[in-house]
Amino acid sequence: MNVCILSGKGGTGKTTVAVNLSVLLGADYFDCDVEEPNGFLFLKPENVVSEESKVDYPVFDKQKCLLCGNCAGACEFHALANTRQSILLFPELCHGCHACELVCKPGAISYAQRTTGRIEKGEAHGNRCARGVLNVGESMAVPVIRKLLGGLPENGNCLLDCAPGTSCNVTAALKFADAAVIVTEPTAFGLHDMLLAAELLETRGIPFGVVVNKSDGKDEIIESACTARCIPLFGRIPFSRMAAEAYSRGKLLANLPEYRAPFESIAQSIREAFAWN
Amino acid sequence: MKIAFSCTGTDDTARTDPRFGRCEAFAVADTETQKIAYMQNAAQSAAGGAGIAAAQQLIDAGVKGVLTGNLGPNAFRVLSEAGIKAYCIGEMSVPEALAAFMKGGLAPIGEAGNAHAGMRGGPNA
Amino acid sequence: MELTIISGKGGTGKTTVAVALSDLIQNAVKADCDVDAPNLYLYYKGEDVEREPFSASKQAVVDETLCVDCGACESVCRFGAIAGHKIDPFACEGCGACALVCPQCAITLDDQNDAQIVLTQTQKGMLSRAEMAVGSEGSGKLVTLLRKNARRVRKAEEWIVADGSPGVGCPVIASITGADLVLIVTEPTLSGLEDFKRVAELCGHFNVQAAVCVNKFDINPEITETIQTYCAERGIPVAGKIPFDEAVPRSINELKPITAYKNSAAHEAVLELWGRLQEIARTVTGDT
Repeated sequence: MNVCILSGKGGTGKTTVAVNLSVLLGADYFDCDVEEPNGFLFLKPENVVSEESKVDYPVFDKQKCLLCGNCAGACEFHALANTRQSILLFPELCHGCHACELVCKPGAISYAQRTTGRIEKGEAHGNRCARGVLNVGESMAVPVIRKLLGGLPENGNCLLDCAPGTSCNVTAALKFADAAVIVTEPTAFGLHDMLLAAELLETRGIPFGVVVNKSDGKDEIIESACTARCIPLFGRIPFSRMAAEAYSRGKLLANLPEYRAPFESIAQSIREAFAWN
Repeated sequence: MKIAFSCTGTDDTARTDPRFGRCEAFAVADTETQKIAYMQNAAQSAAGGAGIAAAQQLIDAGVKGVLTGNLGPNAFRVLSEAGIKAYCIGEMSVPEALAAFMKGGLAPIGEAGNAHAGMRGGPNA
Repeated sequence: MELTIISGKGGTGKTTVAVALSDLIQNAVKADCDVDAPNLYLYYKGEDVEREPFSASKQAVVDETLCVDCGACESVCRFGAIAGHKIDPFACEGCGACALVCPQCAITLDDQNDAQIVLTQTQKGMLSRAEMAVGSEGSGKLVTLLRKNARRVRKAEEWIVADGSPGVGCPVIASITGADLVLIVTEPTLSGLEDFKRVAELCGHFNVQAAVCVNKFDINPEITETIQTYCAERGIPVAGKIPFDEAVPRSINELKPITAYKNSAAHEAVLELWGRLQEIARTVTGDT
C-alpha cells in the first residue's frame, strides 16, 4: 500500500503529516519533494547511504556521424543542433529519451550518463526512509523522483511525501499511488488548492481523504467543501504557536502530549479507509 | 549571401525584433539581389530551447549572418559553432535594417547576453 | 523594476508579501507565476481582457484502429509510460520515440491543452496569470510567457511584482532569469533554512540580485540569526523581518492585503521591507 501525501498549496503540512504518520503507522517514508526535501530533518535517519541519480545523454562518434541532422530534427526538446560542423548537445534540455539514436542511420550515437541528483536511504524509528535530492541548477526533478521510487518495496506500506503543486513533480509520484491524503489548511488558499489536488486525484481514480492542518477547531471552509463532495475528513491537527515552534526546531509533533491523540486518530482513519497491510 | 533579421511579422510592415529565440519571424535578405523573404519563426512555440531551434532554422536556411538585439547563451553557442556572424541592430523597419547592414559598421555580438527569460544553459553552460 | 518573489519552501508567505508590496507600490503589474497553485489572483477582482490557449507539452496518442499490438512502442519508452499500447499521461514526456518506431504509424504526438493564459484588468493594475488544466505540466515556458505578458502591458515606470512558486526547478528558474531583483521570503524553521539555502544558491547560479525577508521571524530567534549570518557572509541584504502576527491569517481569510490592517505589527514590518527594497532597487538600477 503506497499512500501519497499531497496538498496543492505549499506549506500546508505535508511533511509534518507524513513524518509523524510514518512513525505511528510503522510505514516506510519516501521524500519525493526532491527540489526541497525536508523529511529527514524530522526523522533523523541513521546509516544513511547515498547513491547518485543519473540521466543519459547522447555522445556522437565523429567518424560515423554524417551531419545529416536527423537527430536534431527528431529531438522534441531542441537539445541538439546540427551546425554542419558538428552536432551540439545542450544537456540540461535532454530528457534522455534516446529518440536521437532511433533516427541515426550510421549508428553514430551512444550514451553516457551525468549526475543530476542523489538518492539517500537510511533507517529511523524502525522504518526505512529514503529521499531524492535534485542538484541545485538542474531543472528536471522527475528523473530523480523516478529513481527514488524505483526503490519502493513490493508489498510494503509506504508514505510518499510529495512536492507542492499539481504538475509533473507530483504526477510522477502519483503514478505509484494506491491512495492519497490531501493536507490542507482552513483558508481560502488551502481550499482553492485542495480542490485542484482533489480534481487531479479524481481524474486518476485514486481514493483519498483530507487532513486539515493548522485547524481552528471548526474549519468550516474545508469541512463544508468535503461534505458537499463526499470527501472523507481523516482528521484535524490543531494550530498552536507551540506547534509552530516545535516544528521550527525539527521536532516530531506527535511526541508532544497535546498532539498525540490527533495524529493517532488520523492514523486510525487511514488504516480503516485504505487496505493497510 | 543570405542574412537574417529577427522581426515582428511576415510582410513589409515588419520591424526588427530585439528578441531572437521567440521573435515572431525572420526576414531573410539576399545581400546581392537585395530581395527580402519572410519566414515564420517555428521556435516561437517551442516549450524550451527556443534559441537553439531558431538558430537551427536559420542554419537550415543557409543564412550566413544574423541581425538581432540580443542572443541568449544557447543561441549564441549554436550560431558561433556554425560560423554564422551575429550583429546588433536597433529597432527599425526591415528595409532600413538591410540598408544599415549594407552600409557596414554594425557592432558584432561578441558574447552571449544574459537570457531574458527561460532556462538559460544550466550547470554545464 | 521587475521584482520576483520566491521562497524555496512552500507556505512561507510569498503571496502575502507580494500582495502587500503591490498595494504599497500601487498599480504594479502583477504576475501570478505559481501556476500550479495560483493564489495571488484570489485577491483581485477584475475583468479578463485577454485569454489565449497555451500548450507546452505533447502526449503520445495511439490510434487503436491502426495498432497491431506489436509492443515496439513499449520497448523503446524509457519513462514506463506505455503498457500494452496504452499510454499513461502521468508518465509520458512527449519525446516521440514511440511514434518513431511504430511500424503502423499509429502514434502521433498531440499538443496538450495545458493552460489558458489570461490578462486580467483589476482595480489595482493588470494581472498576468494562467489557468492550468488538471495534471498539466507547470512548465518554465508558461511562466516565461506570463512574465512577457506582464512586460508587454507594463507602462514606463511601473514595477512588475511576480509571485513565484516553491522549489528550485524549472518554473522557479523561469521566474528569476532576467528579473531585476529577487526577494526570497523564508521562515525561521529548520526546513525553511535548508530550502532557503538552496534557493539562494540558485539565485547565485543564475546571477540575479537577491534580497531576503524572514517571515514569522520571532517563532525561532536562533534560526533567524542563522539566516542573517548566512546572508551577511554572502552579501545578501536582509530587507525585512515580519513578526508572527495573527492579523496575517485574518488578512488571508478576508482576502485583503496586510497593509489594510494598519495597526498590526506585520503591516509595520512590511512598510520597512518596502523602504529597504526601494533602496536596494536603486542600487540595482544604478548599476545598469
